[in-house]
Amino acid sequence: MCAVRNKQSRNGRRNRSEWFGVDPVISVGNLWKVFGSNASQVVASDELKSLSRQELMDRTGAVAAVRGVDFDVAPGEMFVVMGLSGSGKSTLVRCLTRLVEPTAGTIMFEGENILEADAKRLRDLRRNKFSMVFQHFGLLPHRTVADNVGYGLEIRGVPRAKRGERSQEVIDLVGLTGYEKSYPDQLSGGMQQRVGLARALAGDPDVLFFDEPFSALDPLIRRDMQSEVIRLHREVGKTMVFITHDLSEALKLGDRILIMRDGQVVQVGTGDELVGAPADDYVRDFVKDVPRSHVLTLKWIMRPPRPDDELDGPELSPETVVREAVRSVLGADKPVKVVRDGELLGVVADEEILGVVAGEV
Amino acid sequence: MVAVAVPRRQIPRKALIVGGIVLAWLVLWLVFRNVGTLALDASELTPLHRWINSVNDAVGASRNSNPVFLYFFNEIRLVIDEFVTFVQALIAQPSFGRPVPVIGWLGVVAIAGFVSLAVAGWRVALLAVAGFVFLGLQGLWQESMDTLSLTLAAVVIALLFGIPLGIWAGLSDRANRIMTPVLDFMQTMPTFVYLAPLTLFFLIGPASATIATLIYAAPPAIRITAHAIRSVPHNTVEASESLGATRKQTLLKVLLPSARKTIVLGVNQTIMAALSMVTIAALIDAPGLGKTVVKALQTLDVGTAFNAGLAIVVLAIVLDRVTTAATERRSLPRWAFFGGFGVTGVAVYFSYTYLWAAEFPSEVEIGSSIRKGATAVTEWVQDSLPVITNGFKDFVTSVLINPLQALLAESPWFLVALVIVALSFLIGGVRAAVVSAACLGVLVATGLWQDAMITLASTLVATILVMILGVVVGVWMGRSRRADRFIRPILDAGQVMPAFVYLVPILALFSATRFTAIIAAVVFAAPVAIKIIADGIRAVSPATVEASTALGSSSWQTIVKVQLPMARRALTLAANQGLIYVLSMVVVGGLVGAGALGYDVVAGFSQGQLYGKGLAAGVAIVVLGVMLDRLTQAAAKRWTN
Repeated sequence: MCAVRNKQSRNGRRNRSEWFGVDPVISVGNLWKVFGSNASQVVASDELKSLSRQELMDRTGAVAAVRGVDFDVAPGEMFVVMGLSGSGKSTLVRCLTRLVEPTAGTIMFEGENILEADAKRLRDLRRNKFSMVFQHFGLLPHRTVADNVGYGLEIRGVPRAKRGERSQEVIDLVGLTGYEKSYPDQLSGGMQQRVGLARALAGDPDVLFFDEPFSALDPLIRRDMQSEVIRLHREVGKTMVFITHDLSEALKLGDRILIMRDGQVVQVGTGDELVGAPADDYVRDFVKDVPRSHVLTLKWIMRPPRPDDELDGPELSPETVVREAVRSVLGADKPVKVVRDGELLGVVADEEILGVVAGEV
Repeated sequence: MVAVAVPRRQIPRKALIVGGIVLAWLVLWLVFRNVGTLALDASELTPLHRWINSVNDAVGASRNSNPVFLYFFNEIRLVIDEFVTFVQALIAQPSFGRPVPVIGWLGVVAIAGFVSLAVAGWRVALLAVAGFVFLGLQGLWQESMDTLSLTLAAVVIALLFGIPLGIWAGLSDRANRIMTPVLDFMQTMPTFVYLAPLTLFFLIGPASATIATLIYAAPPAIRITAHAIRSVPHNTVEASESLGATRKQTLLKVLLPSARKTIVLGVNQTIMAALSMVTIAALIDAPGLGKTVVKALQTLDVGTAFNAGLAIVVLAIVLDRVTTAATERRSLPRWAFFGGFGVTGVAVYFSYTYLWAAEFPSEVEIGSSIRKGATAVTEWVQDSLPVITNGFKDFVTSVLINPLQALLAESPWFLVALVIVALSFLIGGVRAAVVSAACLGVLVATGLWQDAMITLASTLVATILVMILGVVVGVWMGRSRRADRFIRPILDAGQVMPAFVYLVPILALFSATRFTAIIAAVVFAAPVAIKIIADGIRAVSPATVEASTALGSSSWQTIVKVQLPMARRALTLAANQGLIYVLSMVVVGGLVGAGALGYDVVAGFSQGQLYGKGLAAGVAIVVLGVMLDRLTQAAAKRWTN
């Protein structure tokens, strides 16, 4: 669980309000994707749109994979979309680059509605602005690692020498130095996904999309690759949209997490918001087994000072994760003050801390 | 358990009905025997046959005046003729005023070696050189080169159309939907049947032979290319698209390179199919080894037929090894490439300039010894093994062939038709009954009803033998890895061999009779059936077999109660394919004493006044094929659901 702390200390710098102070890179509005020959009729009818997935299926034979999804992604954010299989998350991420054509809605990317882009503009965007890492890697078996990584540059028309230079850079960046001449089938799954990662980075895109990139890897390799992505996110500072079905992966990586169910958004928020204030029973059930002391911060457990509290104890920030505060709170003989910018927000004493820690056992 | 119990209870009732029908048939057969059998003598013609003859004559007369011929068929024939003649001029026939071809034997051997070296490596190159030299030593250099020329010409044209069509079918669902049934039909159609109509439009000779060959050889290329494009993993294509590749870039950089290995396999299939068909096309006067075999078969000269058959096998092995090895990734060192290129250039120059390198030296020759050896072995076999071979032959003939043929061919036609339609209804419902009735109607119209029934009898016997072999060997292979490893290469080799080649040893063993043709068909069809059944048995989940063993089943019980029932889809597929393969050997069987439709087709090629009858016989074979194919498929559907 040290992995969770790793993310929390990184995340400690920012809080929710920061994601709304800037113009979003991606802004998705009322996005629908319906599969079926009568898809456009479905999205044109408010009545059909209000049906559940199963009812719609029974009545029209159409399958609504994504249903009226809205969200914004801020520049430099690691935005995680989480859902179980069949929740529509993979369709959603494919809609964002129009690998799957959305049925209705808007996708604004840097102020431009991608759904209105023609084929050429869309190719330009894919070549220069987006790139994607796939669950099953999607490598070309007949090309070496270096040629796979350089593929995106090759189709853009970058000359060979320059391509080689840039490929080498990203190969070094993802830790594949020495494997340039290998073929994909000579590499392990984790290494192959590093190639996929390098290929996505080679074009220097603004946004990276990850479609469950580590689901096919075994747990140890998956942990390495998660740390690798966190490192890359810190080093290259790119906006990333990450799809996963694994809650602990979502909590570890995500600045914010969107939970999807049956094609709809259930809740969007930071990890501690999901755990501290689940939107409904579905989310509550989901986060039930998360070690709360690893995720919750003091602001979720503090209480208003009572008259008999002594207010000259130590001070901590409201963003401090509970388990980091355990020692200070239990060690102090007075309640700990939760303070932001000199303002007293509340206090935390032994019983609040023990409530969280004991609740887990 | 319910799923098992329901059909069990149904089968006896249906079996009772079938039994009743057969019993009624037998009784009526005794009463009406030899009445209304629609028999036709070998030289007898119906008005339809005469009419086709007159159409043929009219076409012949207007060949150079009718615009359809002048600007369409004749043009196609001329272009193909030119192309074939050109390839023959290069390696096979005296040309350009020279007494020898442009490239003599030394040059051809060097080119064969070099190409094999470049695409398939040292070992295969050695095999290719040895194989080609062996052809020369057999005294069959020119015949071999004629066969090779026709094969290459047909393959080039087939690939020229086939690969783009395959790519199209691979990319477009609509194109695929249109092409699949056409290809299905081309492949279910007995292969040698379209020789006859082709000669109507393109005359007898190399052009018709090439066209027949490419009709036969193109479907695998189209199919396999489309399959190769389609089976490139979706996520690879998606990854390329997500990087902003255009359709063309995705095709050229992702789809084709990923599909390369499979496409080369398609090329291999095309070459093997072409070689097989080119030898058969000897029936319509295609030059080459096939012609030598046909002539020898007609004079029952087993020695010569064996020698030429051996040459076909050698050619087949070389072509197969080279193209199979070409699927692997390999690169030749630069020095070897240019060295080989230089040596080849010198050899080609010598073979162009000097007679010794142009004409294969006739002093060194082993062909006559092979011929003599084969003849001696044949005579020995015929003298010493008649007890075994004749015993087997007489047994199958009297137990299976004669009764079945008597029943089918000596019953009144309406009785047989009624029985078949009734059985079709039981198997596949109204639709199957209608299809069968229509097919039977056409059979009557061809005027060859009795011949068709005799052929049907032989076909059924051959199919029964194929299924017996298929189940026995297939189950063995499916259950034993070692048996599979040992037998599968033999089956592969059997499938690669051109159909003609089988005839020679079988003819030697059993001389020219119906039985010989049946055995040839069995040998031709069995590998397919065995492989399908073996794969079906192997595909039965090991967990189920293990569970059965754990319950204490004996091997026999496991086979009969678990593996065969679970592999029934494979069994029906094997029966269907077995039938189709058997039927496509009918014409070849006509060469070795099968009589009936096969003989009618063969005779139609060689005698002008029988042309119409031969064509009608071809149609009858196709109709039999369609009917049996539909019926087995309907049976398969019913049985597997």
